[in-house]
Amino acid sequence: MASHYEAPIRKPLVLGDKGYHDVTVDIAAPVEGKANKHWWIVFTIALVAFLWGIGCIIYTISTGIGVWGLNKTVNWAWDITNFVWWVGIGHAGTLISAVLLLFRQKWRMAINRSAEAMTIFSVIQAGLFPIIHMGRPWLAYWVLPIPNQFGSLWVNFNSPLLWDVFAISTYLSVSLVFWWTGLLPDFAMIRDRAVKPFQKKIYSLLSFGWTGRAKDWQRFEEVSLVLAGLATPLVLSVHTIVSFDFATSVIPGWHTTIFPPYFVAGAIFSGFAMVNTLLIIMRKVCSLEAYITVQHIELMNIVIMITGSIVGCAYITELFIAWYSGVEYEQYAFLNRATGPYWWAYWSMMTCNVFSPQFMWFKKLRTSIMFSFFISIVVNIGMWFERFVIIVTSLHRDYLPSSWTMFSPTFVDIGIFIGTIGFFFVLFLLYSRTFPVIAQAEVKSILKSSGERFKNLRDAGKPLYQTPSKGSATVEKAAPKEESPEADTAKVSSLLDSIGTFDAATETADDLKKVKGIGPQMEQTLNQIGIFTFAQVSKMTEKEYDLLDSITGSFPGRAQRDDWAGQAKTLNDKK
Amino acid sequence: MASKVIQALYNDDDVLMHAVKKVRAEHHHIEEVYTPFPVHGLDKAMGLEDTRIAITSFMYGCLGLTVAIVMMNYIMIEDWPQDIGGKPSFSYLANMPAFVPIMFEMTVFFAAHLMVITFYLRSRMWPFKKAENPDVRTTDDHFLMEIGLGDNEKELTALLWETGAVEINVTEKES
Repeated sequence: MASHYEAPIRKPLVLGDKGYHDVTVDIAAPVEGKANKHWWIVFTIALVAFLWGIGCIIYTISTGIGVWGLNKTVNWAWDITNFVWWVGIGHAGTLISAVLLLFRQKWRMAINRSAEAMTIFSVIQAGLFPIIHMGRPWLAYWVLPIPNQFGSLWVNFNSPLLWDVFAISTYLSVSLVFWWTGLLPDFAMIRDRAVKPFQKKIYSLLSFGWTGRAKDWQRFEEVSLVLAGLATPLVLSVHTIVSFDFATSVIPGWHTTIFPPYFVAGAIFSGFAMVNTLLIIMRKVCSLEAYITVQHIELMNIVIMITGSIVGCAYITELFIAWYSGVEYEQYAFLNRATGPYWWAYWSMMTCNVFSPQFMWFKKLRTSIMFSFFISIVVNIGMWFERFVIIVTSLHRDYLPSSWTMFSPTFVDIGIFIGTIGFFFVLFLLYSRTFPVIAQAEVKSILKSSGERFKNLRDAGKPLYQTPSKGSATVEKAAPKEESPEADTAKVSSLLDSIGTFDAATETADDLKKVKGIGPQMEQTLNQIGIFTFAQVSKMTEKEYDLLDSITGSFPGRAQRDDWAGQAKTLNDKK
Repeated sequence: MASKVIQALYNDDDVLMHAVKKVRAEHHHIEEVYTPFPVHGLDKAMGLEDTRIAITSFMYGCLGLTVAIVMMNYIMIEDWPQDIGGKPSFSYLANMPAFVPIMFEMTVFFAAHLMVITFYLRSRMWPFKKAENPDVRTTDDHFLMEIGLGDNEKELTALLWETGAVEINVTEKES
């Protein structure tokens, strides 16, 4: 027997007096309810930004990459900056769902669903940039190793850019199936609650007919664990390979072996910041404060603080190695970053990424929701600047001083970036209204160990559950004919006189639930009275209905309305 | 053939676990248990065998690695060997370091996707598949134990009430 013990020092992860059904209701509420005004306002803004982005993309593709601010020296700027920024944000989802699963961190369960959604949506944004940058996106399939019309000229498997194609597409698709597999039981929950036929249809389709057998759950847990084991090295490989795009080149400032770990730490850092940004809003809008608690925010802040410090160490190591290497080009690249014309970008990056997370050492600050939200935005900005600094400041003063120049983005560069932010929020807002935003099945599985209700029960020394009493009520149910309630005996016998009694020796009980209007509860009641067959029900008339109502005391008039007798007659004939 | 089954609903996982153990101790065959969330230890209590899905994943991973090696050997070494940066492509082994990232990605790709597809098919899940849980409450907060019924209905019903069931139904089941 699994024990639900958890050290009392651990704070509850689900606040309030919540049982299993409360979890269902709370998590289905945003899906079943209607969107409020705020949702529509934010959605409209995001949609407008998205449409603006589409306009800029169409303009780029129809006119050419020349509409961007790129020049001969700075031939890679906002496009790759945005790409790396979005991929980096995408890292937190897998980290929360995979790495924290391997470490058995229960707090991940309230946030993994949304973090994974964020991963998928941001990797989609990232994927847009290389495709747009191709200039002729309809030829994007040329990155695949397929036989083609140019003899057997294949893609170059020595190129980090091709490694990226494989890494990003593997990452996106594996994250997607990881996410979807976890969603199946939750879609099934919404499916089984749905009342409107259309909703029922859609969620039946989405849930793939999830049934929840013990064997399914056993496989489900094994699959989750293996996927987590696969996704953990995968997530580390993705940003490692992204960093190879730079590290395998011979540009000063890019050609460094520290890039893979430094990029991965930065990715986790920015990803957690984005999770914080999104969830601080979502817990409020969807009333999920009981599940995404201040403790969750605090723990994410601690991750932000640690990864921010790792990133800070990497920055300082880079400076030290540049000096220590004795390579003049390398030394100048870093001197130029800090004191050259882009000094403001460098120091924004330093302030936002290294300095600001240090506030999280203070418990008061890291448990303040407003402050956490503020820092999460600051970190997102800082991490965008980090990529901008690495990319643009390394390129703009290259080996040939005569071609030194500056980069300034055009409205198209800005428009596409804003457009991807809009697209991201469009997807996330739609998700938050149609998907179960918390992995409710998993939350239910930790409710007894980490829910406040059960923690309180345990503290009070009370049992966590009560076996339904096996007193007279059960006996009555088990042997209904012998022990009907005293007061009704007369009525029951007169009722049974007119419709006939059930003899278990010669007859078999029918499934009375087939009669419309008789549910499991009512069938139980009828069985208690001694009504087991359609034949008995079909003999009921006005008088018997009244007698029945007075015995059961529930749903008066219902039997007449649904014409139980008529239905039972048909069912009995069909038998 | 239609067979009769008895379905006992419980509203707590601990009660369910005790019930499963008790029913098994009385030598009844539990056909199925439907739960809204993974109840740890239930598979052991029911006597289910361990799943072998992780082993399939390992084999799919080996397949992916093989595919990656064969593909890149053919493309980069045999079909069109190029001399890139003075590093000619004469042998797979000598050029292997550059192929490690893709060997890794393909391994993960095959292991993850084929395992998930295996899981979906083995558990009979795909789009447009109709759900088979006998009661909609089993995805919310109820746990349902299904036992095949011979001529021992009375005895079994009494036993199940005793184990703390909140509801018991006897139904015909197509199979």
